Amino acid sequence: MKPPRFDYYDPRSLDEALALLDRHSDDAKVLAGGQSLMPLLNMRLARPSIVVDINQIEELNYVRASDSGIAIGAIARQRALQTEKLIAERVPILREGAYYIAHPQIRSRGTICGSIAHADAAAELPALALALDAEMILTSAKAARTVGAKAFFQSFFTTALKANEILTEVRFPAPPKDSAWSVLEISRRHGDFAIAGIIAGLVLESNRAVIAHARLVYFGVGPTPIRVTAAEEALIGQSASESVFEAAAQSAKQGIDPTSDIHATEEYRRALAATLTKRALRAALQKLGKT
Amino acid sequence: MATTRTVKLRVNGVAYEHTVEARKTLVDFLREDVGLTGTNVGCEHGVCGACTILMNGETVRSCIMLAAQVDGAELMTVEGLAKPGGELHPIQESFREKHGLQCGFCTPGFLMTTYELLTKHPDANEEVIKEWLSGNLCRCTGYQDILESVKLAASRLRNR
Repeated sequence: MKPPRFDYYDPRSLDEALALLDRHSDDAKVLAGGQSLMPLLNMRLARPSIVVDINQIEELNYVRASDSGIAIGAIARQRALQTEKLIAERVPILREGAYYIAHPQIRSRGTICGSIAHADAAAELPALALALDAEMILTSAKAARTVGAKAFFQSFFTTALKANEILTEVRFPAPPKDSAWSVLEISRRHGDFAIAGIIAGLVLESNRAVIAHARLVYFGVGPTPIRVTAAEEALIGQSASESVFEAAAQSAKQGIDPTSDIHATEEYRRALAATLTKRALRAALQKLGKT
Repeated sequence: MATTRTVKLRVNGVAYEHTVEARKTLVDFLREDVGLTGTNVGCEHGVCGACTILMNGETVRSCIMLAAQVDGAELMTVEGLAKPGGELHPIQESFREKHGLQCGFCTPGFLMTTYELLTKHPDANEEVIKEWLSGNLCRCTGYQDILESVKLAASRLRNR
């Protein structure tokens, strides 16, 4: 297999890259880690006439503290999720989630922003972005704009990103100190895309008797990662118990939008989402020191 | 702008300079231009791991990188494991002794994954080894002998 012929640019600055996209936006693809685009090129499912490789743009290679959490540049690799101290300190659930992202040989090259921009509905990072209220910085030659995760993910592989824009940075706010998070997924083999996955967050009231806040985001079970607020509401104000978790699980089953494919039926995905809800809530509760 | 690109790089310590088509994958470049055919081309979309090599010390899939992207890089392929005289690397010895291969197609990828794993985590436990090996597919062995090979290699490298 060979990619189709294209003109290759590897600019050294963001301005150059953006100018290229501005001139060629409809025919150009941005190449970052390449772990999704290169297979598409090899199989000729993508046929851009221009490839703008952003790997040489050192100004986009960073993980740094932001006011509310962390900011990650466009070519920071997924391995950084497991190696950067700042991430472990401020948004540790990203480190846990990274364990499920493919394999070390992919995370060495694949970028955090690239996975979000690709927006595979079964991938971990888009779901983490939605669960943690991440903000995406979309930069064009003319302007930069900030788009929240809810508005960013629109459908299968479809986001708010325009053809002349680069996702230059993702910002993950640090979750509240008193929250506990759990990420779980079911896949055929470790590192495969999720058949179904969940990111769950819990905060207890100060008396620790009842649930104050909950966040339940599912992936692999719809065209985008899906937050199920009805399932969250089944938890809020209740004391944490198996019957309350069961109610949330049943609600989640109805709040997702799975389809049947070669890997699993719609029905099976709903059942997995329910099971994962209970497992993830138990795990989060355990992290809060209340089992 | 260009549909071709000149790259200068080092592979297994040897310097190379080649002009390649921009669309050429790294694995095809290694096999066809550099002439090192040890790295195998399997699925060609980043799933099977047969083409795994080291780029600046980290394992990458050479089928989903472009040759144009390795200008200035230091690569290591399976040919870089054995000593120039042909004496096998302890990882290769271990795979041979523990029958960590049958047809051998996936083996170069497994060897390179094992090389980075044991360089970075010489004391890797079984769970860590399995996580790393999960990125390489083998259709012959059932993996158990590969796991045993990596464990033996780890103990030999620690006691070297």
